[in-house]
Amino acid sequence: MSNFLDITGCGIEFQTPKGSFRALRDVNLKIKKGEYISLIGHSGCGKSTVLNIVAGLLQATEGGAVLNGKEVNEPGPERAVVFQNHSLLPWLTAYQNVELAVKTVFKGKKSKAEMKEWIEHNLALVHMDHAMHKRPDEISGGMKQRVGIARALAMEPEVLLMDEPFGALDALTRAHLQDSLMEIQKDLNNTVIMITHDVDEAVLLSDRIVMMTNGPAATIGEILDIELERPRNRLELADDPRYNHYRSQVLQFLYEKQKKVEHISDVKSKKSDGKTKVA
Amino acid sequence: MSIALSNISWLEPVVKIAKGDDVSNNLQVIIKAIGVPMAGILVFLMLWHAAASNIETSLGNFPGPADVYEQSTGLIEEHFAEREKAEAFYERQEKRNEARMAKDPSYEPKIRPYTGKPTYFDQIATSLVTVLSGFILASLIAIPLGILTGLSPTLNSAFNPIIQIFKPVSPLAWLPLVTMVVSALYTSADPAVPKSFINSMITVMLCSLWPTLINTSVGVASISSDLQNVSKVLRLNFMTHVTKIVLPSSLPMIFTGLRLSLGVAWMVLIAAEMLAQNPGLGKFVWDEFQNGSSDSLGRIMVAVLTIGFIGFLLDRMMLSLQKAFSWDKSAEIR
Repeated sequence: MSNFLDITGCGIEFQTPKGSFRALRDVNLKIKKGEYISLIGHSGCGKSTVLNIVAGLLQATEGGAVLNGKEVNEPGPERAVVFQNHSLLPWLTAYQNVELAVKTVFKGKKSKAEMKEWIEHNLALVHMDHAMHKRPDEISGGMKQRVGIARALAMEPEVLLMDEPFGALDALTRAHLQDSLMEIQKDLNNTVIMITHDVDEAVLLSDRIVMMTNGPAATIGEILDIELERPRNRLELADDPRYNHYRSQVLQFLYEKQKKVEHISDVKSKKSDGKTKVA
Repeated sequence: MSIALSNISWLEPVVKIAKGDDVSNNLQVIIKAIGVPMAGILVFLMLWHAAASNIETSLGNFPGPADVYEQSTGLIEEHFAEREKAEAFYERQEKRNEARMAKDPSYEPKIRPYTGKPTYFDQIATSLVTVLSGFILASLIAIPLGILTGLSPTLNSAFNPIIQIFKPVSPLAWLPLVTMVVSALYTSADPAVPKSFINSMITVMLCSLWPTLINTSVGVASISSDLQNVSKVLRLNFMTHVTKIVLPSSLPMIFTGLRLSLGVAWMVLIAAEMLAQNPGLGKFVWDEFQNGSSDSLGRIMVAVLTIGFIGFLLDRMMLSLQKAFSWDKSAEIR
């Protein structure tokens, strides 16, 4: 299969009052259609930056991403994003949130009835059909994230970008959503790039795990192919030696090769920065 | 929509007592809810009374609570007397017209409007119409402009110095300029509304523009970056972005601005009416001051209390509107 999404020589330098800051250098990644990629690395290693460049929310200073033969210059619904903190519009119900996306993307392509059906279909995919007329403040964090995923899926994206989609959820809800996501993936077979901090999540969901070196000037350290047949079952895999091998390889990369010593000053600046997510 | 009064907390214990709940506990709640504010008012009235009897002016004693009460009933009686006169006036005309019609069928009946002086309640009504027209005009300018400056940092830097300089300007400084400009531009032979009305309205507008403008701008500028990213990913066009993302998310701040603006508008109006000689509460105060009868100070004091009370009601009205339009029902709005 040919390359579907091509990230070549990608780097980015931010201009700050203290001078320029190089966040990424020389990121090269070729992704096939239908592949599930996880980006893993320590906080501040530029995972989100890579995702935002593919999403078009950030512009690479050198190199860039090419999707389906077209260079990525701006954000668009064909590269739908699932944000870490759901980013639902709090004044709209779950249905209306998905509706806003569907109406924008399928304007003139689907009839009103088709749109309604499509919205309901996507909410049913993430098992939110029972609460689709509730507003975000009336549903739990896991449910909000489900709606966020439904909204992204409803755009029928060529590639689905997920920025720590389950990072803000408790472990049980997270496992539940991971299972849902695998189920959906089995049917839709979307191309996915997912950022995660969770080693188990990465191994369980991905076809390939892209491990990033520490910033500044972060880049791809290693890429690990996960050759576990699907459908995957978390209980069966728990005792699978291959699973544990992959797991330990990721752990080795993160905690031996890229061992990160956080200085107190770093932590402080991160807190004041507010954007950096702490695992 | 009901007007949200600040203290209806005493209703709940009343209902509880009626239901046969423990009396003494609920009575304490009622006393706290009604008794304490009442005591405050009572002490204030006593101090007012004591102070008033000691202030001697050229128009007699400063009006105490009793004088003010007397003047207020006087104003109410005057209002009804004037209304009766007006009714009698129209009745006489109708009778006369009927009589003439009976004599001469080709006669076209005429009704002349009653031209008695406006009563206190007419003045209040005029003031309300003026303040609301000025306030609505100001909002129609301030909200769209605030959205634009909030969306564009460049536009904001361009407008900010102008806003900061004009914001503290007193209505009294604007009024002469407004008067001259209005008399130069508004020159229809048969004006639909009097010039003095336009003068006060524009002055109110100029002064009440700023709180809404600033708050809208800040509200729009502080939309969460996540929601902005959603809008970018969906490639929403400008109008959809404004109506679906910007407006709902900055609505709480816009309403904060509107409430402040309406408060400013009401304050400015009284000063504007005094100087522009536009009928209304301000002119009422000014006329009474010029009149200088022994009743004048008492009547002015009635106007002072009325102005305060209406200002309070206007604020409550905005609060109710804010609650009705707010999507975040859990947020405490006061």
